[in-house]
Parts: sequence; C-alpha cells; structure tokens
Amino acid sequence: MKADPIGVATGSHYLDGDHACAEGAIAAGCRFLAGYPITPSTEVAERIAERFPKVGGMFIQMEDELASMAAIIGAAWTGVKTMTVTSGPGFSLMMENLGLAVMMETPCVIVNVQRGGPSTGLPTLTAQADMMQARWGSHGDYEIIAISPNSPQECFDLVITAFNLSERWRVPVLFMMDECVGHMTEKVEIPEADRIEITPRKYYKGDKKKYKPFNFNDSSNITPMVKAGDGYFIHLTGLTHVENGYPVISAEAQDKNVRHLVDKIKKNEEKICILEEDQINDAEVIVISYGISSRVALKAVHEAREKGLKVGVLRLITVWPFPEKRIRQLAKQVKAFVVPELNLGQVVLEVERCSSGQTKTILVPHAGGSVHNPNDILAAIEETVA
Amino acid sequence: MSKEKQPLTDTLHIPEPEDELTHPMKDYLRSERLPHIWCSTCGIGTVITAFITGLEKSKLEKEKVAVVSGIGCSGRAAGYIRLDSFHTTHGRAIPFATGLALGNPELKVAIISGDGDLTAIGGNHFIHAARRNMNLTIICINNFNYAMTGGQAGPTTPLKANASTAPYGCYEYPFSLPFLAESSGAVFVARWTSLHVRRLAKSISEALLKPGFSFIEVISPCPTLYARRNRLGTGLDLMKFYHDNAVIKHGADTSQVDIKYQESIIVGKFVDKDKPTFFESRNNFLKDRLGNHFIPYKGPEKI
Ligand SMILES: Cc1ncc(C[n+]2csc(CCOP(=O)(O)OP(=O)(O)O)c2C)c(N)n1
Ligand code: SF4
Ligand SMILES: [Mg+2]
Repeated sequence: MKADPIGVATGSHYLDGDHACAEGAIAAGCRFLAGYPITPSTEVAERIAERFPKVGGMFIQMEDELASMAAIIGAAWTGVKTMTVTSGPGFSLMMENLGLAVMMETPCVIVNVQRGGPSTGLPTLTAQADMMQARWGSHGDYEIIAISPNSPQECFDLVITAFNLSERWRVPVLFMMDECVGHMTEKVEIPEADRIEITPRKYYKGDKKKYKPFNFNDSSNITPMVKAGDGYFIHLTGLTHVENGYPVISAEAQDKNVRHLVDKIKKNEEKICILEEDQINDAEVIVISYGISSRVALKAVHEAREKGLKVGVLRLITVWPFPEKRIRQLAKQVKAFVVPELNLGQVVLEVERCSSGQTKTILVPHAGGSVHNPNDILAAIEETVA
Repeated sequence: MSKEKQPLTDTLHIPEPEDELTHPMKDYLRSERLPHIWCSTCGIGTVITAFITGLEKSKLEKEKVAVVSGIGCSGRAAGYIRLDSFHTTHGRAIPFATGLALGNPELKVAIISGDGDLTAIGGNHFIHAARRNMNLTIICINNFNYAMTGGQAGPTTPLKANASTAPYGCYEYPFSLPFLAESSGAVFVARWTSLHVRRLAKSISEALLKPGFSFIEVISPCPTLYARRNRLGTGLDLMKFYHDNAVIKHGADTSQVDIKYQESIIVGKFVDKDKPTFFESRNNFLKDRLGNHFIPYKGPEKI
C-alpha cells in the first residue's frame, strides 16, 4: 500500500532528526500520538501537535510516560497507528506498559531520543546507553525490534520502516535515536506519497464467533487483528493467556505464550534485520556500529584504508533482533571486530557472544556527552592488526 | 450435572444454552470462564450484575461499549464481561481506556477497577482524566483495602481500620473519592454500596449515557480480608451494616461525605452537570482557530 498523500510533505527540507521523525511518522500513517515532554525528544511531539490537526490526527499530551505508553496500546486496538516519544527517564517509565504491548502483541512505535544517563544524567547531550534497556527493559522474556537511524533523512525513512515492521510482526518497535541525530539539521528529501511503501494492518474478516486474537503455532504468520467496536468482543490481558486471549495460569500456557513472543522475532531474524555492509570482502577488521557512532566510525575507517589497512564496515540499522547469523559468519573471516558505542559496553556483548572462539572483539567505549574522537576508533583498528 | 469441572477452554464463545440453568445474563457474560475467582459473598459480583443491568437499561449498542480493568480482585471484572474487554496493568486502566476512547470516539468506555488500582498507583491518571473531562465511566469498587495482594492498607482504608500493613490500625488519612472526583473535574459523581443494586444500576446507566468523565464509587464487602481482619463478620453482616448505616442524600456536598471507620455512609447521586468533553472541546477549539485547515480526527476506517 502507498502512503496517504495528505500526510506527506513531499519536497526538500532542512530538518533536524526530531522533526524528520515526526514527518516520517505522519507519512507512515500514524494518526495517534500520546506523549510527555522531555529533552531531547520534545520537538517530535511539538511538530506532531502542530501537524496533526491539519491531517486528521489525534495528539494528546498525557500526565506522564506511563500513561502515554498505556494510551497508545488502547488506541492501537481501535485500528489507528500509534506512536509515543520520549528520552531516557521517560523510556524507563514506559517499560511497564511496553511489556503489556508485547504481551497483547500490539503494533506501535516508541521513539527514544537517547541522552546520557543514569537518572537525569545529561539531558541535553547524547549517548547510546539505553540499548540494553531496549533489549531487556521490561520484565520477563520477550524479543523486540529496535532501529537506530544515523541521520535526519534516516529518521524520516526508518521511522516508516519501524511502523511497517511493527504491523508485520505485531510487536512494538523501538526507534532508538540519540540527541546528536535528533538535533542535527540536514537535508531531508521527502518523496511523493506514491513512492512510500506502507504495510497496512492485517484484519480478520471471517466468522466473528471464530476469531482468536493470537496464534501460537505459527511464528511466521502473525494473526490478523480486529478493532474494538466491531463486535468481536475480544478479551486481551497482560496475564499469560491462550490463543483466544483468556488467561491461563500454568507452566504449559506460559511456555506456549512466551515461546511464541520470542520465536516470532528470533526465527525471523533474517527477514527482520536490516544491515549495511561496506568493504567487507577483503576486510581483516570490521567496525560494527549503529546510530551516530556509525558516522563517526566512517572517518576512522577511511583513514585506516588510506594507511593500507583492510577494514570493513557493518552497520546495524536494526540493532535488535541481533543479526547473530551474519556476525557468526563474519567472525570466521576477520581478525577482529571493533565496536565503538556511546556507552561503556552494551551491544559489544552480543558481538562477543557471537564471535567467541572465532575472533577477538574490541570495544571503543565512550560514556556519552559527545561523540567519539575518530582517532580513538582508528587506534583500536590499528591495535588489532599490529 | 455431574460433569467434572472443565479446565479453561480455548474456545471463545459459549455453547448454545442447554437448559433453564443457563445464566440469565449469558449474553453479557463470558460464561465459559465461570466459575469466577471471587470469594463467596464478595461484593464484586453484585457490581458486575449492576453494570450489566445498567448497560441494558442504557440501550447502548453492545458493540460500542468497551470495558477496561486494571489489576486486583476488582480488576478481574473485565475478564468476565462479554464486551470488548481489556485487563491491563496495575493503575493504568484509565490511560489505556483514554487511548480507546480517543482512538474510536464512537466507543463508550467503562472502567471497572479497585480503589487501590484507580486512586493509589493510578491516582495521577484519575485526576487528569477527570480534569480533561475524558469520555469515560469509572466504576470504582472500594473495599477499603488491597484485597488481591492480601489485605494491605491503601488510600481508602479508614483511620483506625486494621490492614495487613497497618497491623495496629491505619493512621493515614484516606481519600474521600467523590470529593476527589468532583474537585478534579468529574461531571457525574455518585456513591452506592453493593447492597443498593437497583440504584447502582440506575446510576450506571445514567453515567454511561453522560458524555464526559463520570464516576461511581461502590462500597463493597471484602469478607475474606478486610472484614475478617477487622472482625466485621461475613459478607452478609456487611450488607446488614450498609442497610442500617447508608444514608441516601442526593446532591450532597462532596466535601461532606468522608467515610469514617464503621460510621454512617452517605450515598446518592452527588454531581450531575454538563461540560464539553475533551473531544468536543478540542474539535470546537481547533475549528475556531484553524478554520478550514482543521481536519477532525475521524477514528478508524470502516473495514
Ligand atoms: C506495578 C504493580 N505493583 C503492584 C502490584 C501488586 N498488586 C496487585 S493487585 C494490587 C492491589 C489491588 O487493590 P485494589 O485496586 O483495591 O483491588 P482489590 O483487589 O481490592 O479489588 C496490587 C498492589 C502489581 N500487580 N503491579
Ligand atoms: S479477597 Fe476480598 S475482594 Fe477479593 S474476591 Fe475475596 S472477598 Fe472479594
Ligand atoms: Mg480494594
């Protein structure tokens, strides 16, 4: 399906990542946003507050992020595409109901414009230190999709991808921006609506009495949804449940339910993961990075190549699910992985896990507040081949 | 019937009625989920009955009414009612319902949940939904304690009453919920006990038909925990207590309806006034400000 032209601001713009993200969401068909202000993500909500009344959208500023997250799940079940947006402390508050969205298999998008933490941390400065929170932040076992854009253009393009993946897999998608990408202004090309591909929600159309909101036996065919108000009399709960949505408190029910939540993402890793690879073929060292760090890393890679070092680049556009298979393959080929991230070691743990025994992994840590000095990444590359 | 108790089945819809033993409210109940989890003589079941009676009386289209609960004994209500029904997280029934009500403005969304759920952990959502005059009907089952977790004290536990986390008696001041609701902006406020089934049902039907934030508090016995710990007797004894001590005062000033431990309980319809809902205010305001540039939110496309 193509985007509805009413929401698409076709043309060349100079936008920061936050504004571009808002435009991307509108283009993707998002018409419900519940949020609570927090630096450095507020501009997303502000732009939506201005634009929604002119495109038939519903914006509401809630009393906190617990409420924002709960509201977008409720709204999603009426058939509208929904999003909320926040940063660090608000992301922490969203974790409770993120679990509910996972359990109710509800499509929705959560934008986190990352800033330094823990706690209030660095409200105005960048970090990538919520990556493991994105992976594991709500209690219990589950799998999630997280996307990390590295430019305002990608904030536009990839938030559309986020909505599409969320509809395709009936899972909340985390859009993991960071302050740097959110506040940098660059050219953003917004295409014509008919060049924007949209994944529409899949609706059930059969016998009303036979509808079941879940299917735990087939992880690649996600159950179509229905809308509240259409007479299906659905029941959804955060409790462990069976396929008709009714709670069952037993180890068996738990196994079926939770395995399904994990399998539908894990078993479809290759369909979901989006990676960008460059100069991989002859590479002896591969720099694995995501978000803003991937742009900083490019300079280091370029300089290393100038010095004759065989360095390649792997960018995680989706960070979760982690591209295990690809990393395991590459681990056999290279002498080392170098992982720069704006935290003291998060995604690197996954790289290590997937490459253990095959190759070494070197972290280039940074506690946040600014981006890396490319020389630090270069030094790590040189160290691996020395 | 000598049939063994069936395990919870995986079928959503009830079999055709077999005989006259079929539940008279079968169209509104998820009978296949019965028996319910509540203790005998608990007041929650009575509130469900009153809700269904009130809903029928309101003549609202069943398809267009949804019910949302949080977590607690009272929070299990949504699980037994055959409407679109959502059992959410502790305290978050109101914001979840806000999403439903705004997402599809044709829906009437009712919330049935406990005193702890709605006014302790969910207290912030409660006052803000009332302030916005969100189109929601809140039915708060007040059993003066956190029952589901074993009878702890909560924001409605009366001074001096005993609870598992107030083993020497409660020394915190409780909320008076009608006062909280009215001062936060509710347009309809009533209080009944689970003895007042017909009056409660009437209030529920009025509340469901009232646009905006309507609030009904139902004082309800928890014989297993609150009553036992305070040696107040059985559920029946509590019903007798309500019978002897509830005083109907329609239009009472909500600042004067505090509940004191085992003293008289003022009940009635306290507030019924008109004010534009969040949705109406938004539409009118934005139409005025933006003129033809305003495109009202229409809700979901028909499929
Ligand atoms: C975030 C969170 N904290 C605590 C709990 C545990 N909990 C479950 S029900 C409940 C209290 C419910 O009290 P109330 O709303 O009055 O309902 P009642 O059981 O009395 O009907 C609590 C504290 C929970 N489920 N979630
Ligand atoms: S514990 Fe109390 S409130 Fe809960 S079901 Fe039993 S009697 Fe009812
Ligand atoms: Mg209670």
